[in-house]
Amino acid sequence: MSAARAPGLLGSPALLSWIGVLALGVLLPFLVYPVLAMEMLCFALFASAFNLLLGYGGLLSFGHAAFFGIGAYVCGHAAKVWQLDPLLALACGTAAGVMLGVAFGAVAIRRQGIYFAMVTLALAQIVYFVLLQAPFTGGEDGLQGIPRGALLGVLDLQSESVLLGQRAAWGLYGLVLAVTVSGHFLIARVLASPTGLALRSVQEHEPRARSLGLPASGLKFGMLVLSAGLAALAGALKALVLGLAALTDATWQMSGEVVLMTLIGGVGTLAGPAVGAGLLRYLHHTLAGLGSWVTVVLGGIFVFCVLVFRRGMIGEWLAWWQRSRAAVGSSGR
Amino acid sequence: MQQTLQRSLDSKTRQRWNGRLGGLACALCALLPVAGWAGPNGIKIGVLTDMSGQYAAISGPGSVVAAQMAIDDFGGKVLGKPITLVSADHQNKADIGVAKAREWIDTQNVDMIADLVNSGVAIAVQKLGAEKHRITIVNGAGSTALTNKECSPFGVHYAYDTYAIAKGTATALAKQGLDSWFFLQADYAFGQALQSDAARIVTGLGGKVTGTVKHPFNTTDFASYLLQAQSSGAKVVGLANAGADFTNAVKQAREFGLKQTIAGLLVFDTDIKALGLATAQGMKFTTAYTWELNAETEAFGKRFLAKHNAMPTMSQAGVYSSTMMYLNAVKAANSDDAEAVMKKMRELTVNDFFAKNGKLRPDGRFVHDMYLVEVKSPAESRSNWDQLKLVATIPGDQAFMPLAESTCPLIHK
Repeated sequence: MSAARAPGLLGSPALLSWIGVLALGVLLPFLVYPVLAMEMLCFALFASAFNLLLGYGGLLSFGHAAFFGIGAYVCGHAAKVWQLDPLLALACGTAAGVMLGVAFGAVAIRRQGIYFAMVTLALAQIVYFVLLQAPFTGGEDGLQGIPRGALLGVLDLQSESVLLGQRAAWGLYGLVLAVTVSGHFLIARVLASPTGLALRSVQEHEPRARSLGLPASGLKFGMLVLSAGLAALAGALKALVLGLAALTDATWQMSGEVVLMTLIGGVGTLAGPAVGAGLLRYLHHTLAGLGSWVTVVLGGIFVFCVLVFRRGMIGEWLAWWQRSRAAVGSSGR
Repeated sequence: MQQTLQRSLDSKTRQRWNGRLGGLACALCALLPVAGWAGPNGIKIGVLTDMSGQYAAISGPGSVVAAQMAIDDFGGKVLGKPITLVSADHQNKADIGVAKAREWIDTQNVDMIADLVNSGVAIAVQKLGAEKHRITIVNGAGSTALTNKECSPFGVHYAYDTYAIAKGTATALAKQGLDSWFFLQADYAFGQALQSDAARIVTGLGGKVTGTVKHPFNTTDFASYLLQAQSSGAKVVGLANAGADFTNAVKQAREFGLKQTIAGLLVFDTDIKALGLATAQGMKFTTAYTWELNAETEAFGKRFLAKHNAMPTMSQAGVYSSTMMYLNAVKAANSDDAEAVMKKMRELTVNDFFAKNGKLRPDGRFVHDMYLVEVKSPAESRSNWDQLKLVATIPGDQAFMPLAESTCPLIHK
């Protein structure tokens, strides 16, 4: 077992890359507009949660927007109407996502491939309909004016201050960064654990994994629930950042967008979905000035990526890196 | 126009790069604070709208043209400083709209945000304006929530709202003796609001509502709903829906040979264009502006047509008129401070092609006359854009929801 865990979660290259991630997270609000930076982080967590299921469980969920949306709405309602502490509101959103994940899993987990995608899509449409019609969601106008509040009653998340020449709500940024990085750490931890390895074996050859006595459905169910919870947490964070929960969060287009984010970044890699998500949100935001050309430009980028980076950006890079290492290794011998 | 847009885009990109490089340099050396690059540089107006989606025709690029026309007509300068225009596509997503508006306010010092089609985006950005002390002037969206429970001390709702439109049409028809109504209602908050406003007005005038049937958003087959309407025996079929739902329902009602009067509760000129005069003729609805009204409206319409290749809709005309009002208020207040400008806007009376004696109420509602119009028959129409004729003018104080009924917290302190 120890050999299998050799790459290690906190081995020196891994530790270095985590420090790199944190450093990037700290630098990000100086590179892009801080609110956009926070949004990018929320979507990074969302895409990584989705990738947990697609990249490591081999399950293409086409209903992840339901978790994202329910997290946003429940967190927004908790913060606005129940006036809970932001942390508790986030917890409420996450809990709602977990419960929804259990419900989805109970219905869908024994299905595979296109059937799993269709069942999750159908369930997500039900959630969308509930969010459109339920009295607390504000229908198609969405939930507005969600307060950011004060963390544990002490740290004001709303107030902005100037730090090194950049003006932002730094308290909130710290919270978003901490939650996002912890979420990714949790994903990495789970994947490096025996459970994660068992999950991968299920993905690669389910009958064989079953014959070895692995509880395949149970593993996938657990991953679906974890993925749902993290997606809901991402949605809840986004609701706090933007002060609104909108119906777009729960539409099937959002489910499609997270698939694209993951594919562009690199499915089955730890950093890929986060990079893809950040890039896509950045483009959405910066291209807003182009008007109707936004969709054309984004479409072009998708086509380009699918044709040229078939493994996704990070996936291609990793493949290149491994090839060059192998080349160095063989020539040195 | 194209050039101006291009210029504003260029300067935006440049600013963004400056910002990024500045931020990067600063973060790396972590020694000196960088001076702000977004100072008080004259008045900046941001048009936040739907440039490519379902509302692009009623607002969209036309609203950008209208805002630019207002700036040009004002002379391009106020208080001795230039007026600049930026625009962005919110893609009908509240999150993208709010993030863009936030960035405009935080990094580009945008003073006023205009147009705001799509009620979800409009409410969200108006909330942001209240928080950041920036003026938002809504023309494209129609939700009455903007001046009721979601009202803002810095929010203006200018051209129309769903209450005024439903009321104008329902009142006019009920007065003609068409007093029993059956509603086809889009099954979401907007349709519900439209239906309940119209039903209240009909019953208030002694009429009765024989029934309501709800249909999902974006329905293509209205057959069963129309059959229910037909068998209800009501004199009027009220369509509490909009856009594609509305045009589909009207087309299919014609194909079914529905004998009852069809009343659209939210109709734009572009819908009439989509339906064609042969299908839409005789239909009555309420609007805030149409170029056929008088010589003034025609003059503006033709000027706009020359620049945009389409006659202005009421929201585009509203963008022009409200931008003018805002600039006049800035001039009168001798300041770009949102509070001072807002105070002046409440004092000013607007008299232009769009509004006669238009006044801004404390709840943010801009009160002006509305017009009941009828769609011309193909024989009456003399040109491509000649679609509507005036039936009656509805005075402002009767057109909009009375201030006493408003649930805006600002006025019931």
